[in-house]
Amino acid sequence: MTQVTAERLKILRGKIYELMELYPSYQAALLPSFFAAEEIFGFISPEAIGEISNVTGVPAAEIRGVASFYAMYKTKPMGRHIIQLCTNVSCMIEGAYSLVEYLKEKYGLTPGGTTPDGRFSLVIMECIGACGTAPAMILDTDSYENLTKDRLDTLLESYK
Amino acid sequence: MDERIILRNTEDPHNASIAGYMAYGGYKALEQAVGEMTPRDIIDEIKSSGLRGRGGAGFPTGMKWQFASLDPKFPKYLVCNADEGEPGTFKDRPILEHNPHLLIEGMIISAYALQSTRGYIYLRGEYPHAKRILERAIEEALASGYLGNDILSKHFRFNLTVHSGAGAYICGEETALLDSLEGRRGLPRLKPPFPVNSGLWGKPTIVNNVETFANIPYIVSQGAKAYASIGVKDCPGPKLFSVSGRVNKPGVYELPMGISLREIIYTHCGGIKGGGALKGVIPGGISTPIIAPENIDCPMDFVHLPKYGSMLGSGAVMVFDDTVCIVRVYERAMKFFEHESCGKCTPCREGTAWMRAILGRIERGDASERDLETLQDVAENVTGKTFCPLGDGAAGVLLAAMKTYREEFEYHIKNKRCKVQ
Ligand code: SF4
Ligand code: FES
Repeated sequence: MTQVTAERLKILRGKIYELMELYPSYQAALLPSFFAAEEIFGFISPEAIGEISNVTGVPAAEIRGVASFYAMYKTKPMGRHIIQLCTNVSCMIEGAYSLVEYLKEKYGLTPGGTTPDGRFSLVIMECIGACGTAPAMILDTDSYENLTKDRLDTLLESYK
Repeated sequence: MDERIILRNTEDPHNASIAGYMAYGGYKALEQAVGEMTPRDIIDEIKSSGLRGRGGAGFPTGMKWQFASLDPKFPKYLVCNADEGEPGTFKDRPILEHNPHLLIEGMIISAYALQSTRGYIYLRGEYPHAKRILERAIEEALASGYLGNDILSKHFRFNLTVHSGAGAYICGEETALLDSLEGRRGLPRLKPPFPVNSGLWGKPTIVNNVETFANIPYIVSQGAKAYASIGVKDCPGPKLFSVSGRVNKPGVYELPMGISLREIIYTHCGGIKGGGALKGVIPGGISTPIIAPENIDCPMDFVHLPKYGSMLGSGAVMVFDDTVCIVRVYERAMKFFEHESCGKCTPCREGTAWMRAILGRIERGDASERDLETLQDVAENVTGKTFCPLGDGAAGVLLAAMKTYREEFEYHIKNKRCKVQ
């Protein structure tokens, strides 16, 4: 998690103004602003919500309501790296649940949880569009497919 | 079909750049459209091609365009639905990642035909890689004068923005997508009015799937007749099928509409993994009813599949062999529907949770005969009573599975364990 500073809030503000130009209504800039806030602070912090509200004029309560509707937004602080693992049908029949088990055994990582050292968070995903190369996950913003326990192991080691 | 149209040249990594795309004749169709055709000509050509929307509903594209073009309100918005969130579906991904300019060219031609000046690609948040590729492709198209305020020096103006979704399946439904694009929770809207007349910010809006747009350049450059000669009557053209599950060669295949499931599985995908027996096939993504092995000769198109009690949907073929437990598949599927129910209407919000709970008991071996009856009853009561297709689909696919694989559900209850393990 990155600290909230006046400087970083200013960066967010500039970004929101840029985004607002792409749409005929200020509210439409909300979803992309959330991604920008995550990039800057690691999650959509209360301060970021305040800033988005100030700039767009959308009430903070509504902003929270919108953010919480979508599964992918980080509305609380998360680990340094986020594992988004699919367990939907195609991934399930190719062994996704045994990978969930493995993450628990090896890293003490449970769905929705974060490792004690703050290195990884695990989010269980519905289909991520990699069903032909199942099981699959997104790690931060990279996609990995045809996962096995061994491959998962090697991969995670490269994310410090 | 030997010549691929949508996945053409996608094995060449340069095809994703504008130079690579143009080396294969890219943007010729746009030049032809803007240089030689009126918007009306293009709409007529699309209409006579018989193209049907590739997002799932299969509505005739030309007709949709005509409705929007007749509406005098301005501006008109053009939206690409790139939110393929239906489990099993990954057909649009190769276009987005390996043929982005085909999509962009298709959208620019559509914008010209519809006199739209503003377009958005609503891309699912799960495709961050595709976002980078699309954004670069848009930059390139701008720099080459194919996008922007004076396209090809013809005073035609169109700007395009990629807008990321954030993991809500319901936003694949076009009206929920529009709400989401406007910066709100993605809840389906009451229809009518339809988006063609009142969509984004109340203005006429055309929403088409990625694959639909990818067909446009070919129809413009080769003509409606050439296009209609591919596929079957009433459902012409090529179709992308994303195949997953227990086949030897899963992946995305471009094949003519109307091809049989048997050919897809045994000719193109190399048959069943490990040589096992085929148990069932979901033909169009998790919300289309499962097909039993004896019916796999059914032609894959919008017209024939309903006769076999299913639907083409997105063309996401999911193959199950005899190592797969059907109860487990539908328990997981119901968990998905419960999770993705937007909560707007009671039968779906409560029904999916209830069905998932009962399926969980059956799967664990904790259920009684009575539970099976209740499950059937709940599913029947959800059917036809939901605001949008999500709830209806959830109940429908479960009912179909319970009918065809009844004894498997009963086995779970009686023996308190799975038949296949
Ligand atoms: S059927 Fe489900 S997803 Fe559709 S509007 Fe109702 S609650 Fe929302
Ligand atoms: S089911 Fe896992 S990626 Fe589609």
